[in-house]
Amino acid sequence: MAILVDENTKILIQGITGSFGGRHAQLSLDYGTQLVAGVTPGKGGQKFADTVPIFDTVGQAVQETGATVSTIFVPPPFAADAILEAVDAGVELVVAITEGIPVMDMMRVRAGMAGSGARLIGPNCPGIVTPGTGENSHGGCRIGIAPGYIHKRGKVGVVSRSGTLTYEAVYQLTSLGLGQSTCVGIGGDPINGTSHLDIMKMFNEDPETEAIIMIGEIGGTAEEEAAEWAKENCKKPIAGFIAGATAPPGRRMGHAGAIVSGGKGTAEAKIAAMRDAGIEVADNPSDMGAALVRAMG
Amino acid sequence: MNIHEYQAKELFEKFGVATPKGKVADTAEEAKTAAAELGDEIVVKAQVHAGGRGKGTFKNGFQGGVHLVKDANEAADIASKMLGQTLVTHQTGEEGKLVSKVMVADGVDIEKEYYLAILMDRESRSPVIVASTEGGVNIEDVAENTPEKIFNEEIHPLLGLQPYEIRNLSAGLGFSGDTAKQFGKLLKSLYNLFISCDCSMVEVNPLVTTPDGQVLALDAKFDFDDNALYRHPEIAELHDPTEEDPREVEAAKFDLNYIGLDGNIACLVNGAGLAMATMDIIKQSGGEPANFLDVGGGATQEQVRNAFKIILSDPNVKGILVNIFGGIMDCDVIAKGIVAACGEVDLNIPLVVRLEGNNVEAGKATLASSDVNLIAADTLADAAQKAVAAITV
Repeated sequence: MAILVDENTKILIQGITGSFGGRHAQLSLDYGTQLVAGVTPGKGGQKFADTVPIFDTVGQAVQETGATVSTIFVPPPFAADAILEAVDAGVELVVAITEGIPVMDMMRVRAGMAGSGARLIGPNCPGIVTPGTGENSHGGCRIGIAPGYIHKRGKVGVVSRSGTLTYEAVYQLTSLGLGQSTCVGIGGDPINGTSHLDIMKMFNEDPETEAIIMIGEIGGTAEEEAAEWAKENCKKPIAGFIAGATAPPGRRMGHAGAIVSGGKGTAEAKIAAMRDAGIEVADNPSDMGAALVRAMG
Repeated sequence: MNIHEYQAKELFEKFGVATPKGKVADTAEEAKTAAAELGDEIVVKAQVHAGGRGKGTFKNGFQGGVHLVKDANEAADIASKMLGQTLVTHQTGEEGKLVSKVMVADGVDIEKEYYLAILMDRESRSPVIVASTEGGVNIEDVAENTPEKIFNEEIHPLLGLQPYEIRNLSAGLGFSGDTAKQFGKLLKSLYNLFISCDCSMVEVNPLVTTPDGQVLALDAKFDFDDNALYRHPEIAELHDPTEEDPREVEAAKFDLNYIGLDGNIACLVNGAGLAMATMDIIKQSGGEPANFLDVGGGATQEQVRNAFKIILSDPNVKGILVNIFGGIMDCDVIAKGIVAACGEVDLNIPLVVRLEGNNVEAGKATLASSDVNLIAADTLADAAQKAVAAITV
């Protein structure tokens, strides 16, 4: 099982001919992911890596290949349009890797997607990995930019707003011999497609997932909402970590969404809400894997 | 990104948001000319981004960054005492801010002060308009003490501001007749400005009514979405680098995400979340982080080199912690960047390096075989402890 995607999921990449998109498309192919199509307007008919057909529109790509997930590597000025194109073409899931999309574009995209049935992950996120069963987790579904080899197929669900902090957690888990069901980076922007809470609910329902790591950071109240839900509803052990306890108020710490303002979004409030929900909160980022072991008893 | 008050006034004029007449001046002579076109009550205001200007003190001893004057000569006199001087307010810190421009504007008779703001709200994923009958004071205090005096309207992202929403807010503020009409016109213009310029916040505090029946935006604070500046070159031009930490300005040139802090352990990290977590663990280990620095997911040797230079330009820095999780990024590239940087800058403070991830063995070998004097660490916790220990010896 796993959530959102598995080794049979057919994905396409919008922006496959760009240097960043192309590099990660190749890494996904090397990982054994079912990358079946690329989309770059004006380059339809060409092939990526001599094997993956490129189309002018997402509609054509979906029709020809049956892809159900699109990954967005399109530059910020064109990313909102690319997401809406994917939704209109009928994909089930859009994963937006692009960093630096204007907030108003995301506001309109979210409003425009209402009722479509498609789910958006990101933007400004590392993507999704459902590890495979081969060596170095080969054969899984790698969408986005995460390093595939640090993963291991297993039973821990990982959800996070940050890229490298996710890798850090995954690496610790794998080093401890704990594999992952699915790892989801939801992104560091103020308006994103999928929240911690949405992913926690999926992990809770997923029979393969037996424990969860939730990694958050300062800004907004998404972690508090997830913790509040988990307190009453989550049947599985959870460990957590919040970055940004030392961040000064009013300053954006790299991610557009990581800002403490008007007394809201502090690390203290988030950690308190998580502890109140019975979540084992790691004292520091080196302790994330060990915290999960403690949570699992 | 923030802008100056005079720039805000120019934006208001462009979008038809009613505001008192005024002009910006670089010299006392210009201030005199500008004042001559105004009435017999004129306000002269020092232009710096910090708040608390009225109660501030200039380093030359002159009191107050905001003055009310009666004529053009007096305006010129006050301007000459502000221009080229450094203003210290409760928001500038001891070093203060150099005043290179003043704004000369019509003084306004105030009947009552209100508060009006539009902000991009992440929870509702829409613009929210906030209005209050309590203006000229800190809105967070109003929210805390008298929340019933604050009125909110959530605006639909695709439909935009509707007339009934304006009526709701107008009623909340107690406006009727011509005042309500003027308020509606002002709010519509302000909303149009907010959307057209990709603002993340515009705050009018105070919004005022005058005895002769006008509704005016007296002061404004803007915050623009940095990610959208590419499509607003005219707003990007309003950026005043002298208002920012010079190290942050320098870092931006190399696509480095740097924020200066007060501590003594500098850190260099890839990824914003991991960078924040690294600051946290330094603090937890008994040290104080000197900065936030995210070199990004695909840092080049050149970027690492410049990052080192910026870190070392901070005289408070007594030690450096490099924490890299090379996911896709090759640890050896980072290691070579560190060696190159240390060769160029005269490094005489402890350097703790923790490398993990892709091609880490080659990276560690590069560091070990170089003549860079560094302390290697295995985990982030280990790195933080070693960095703190190294500077306390």
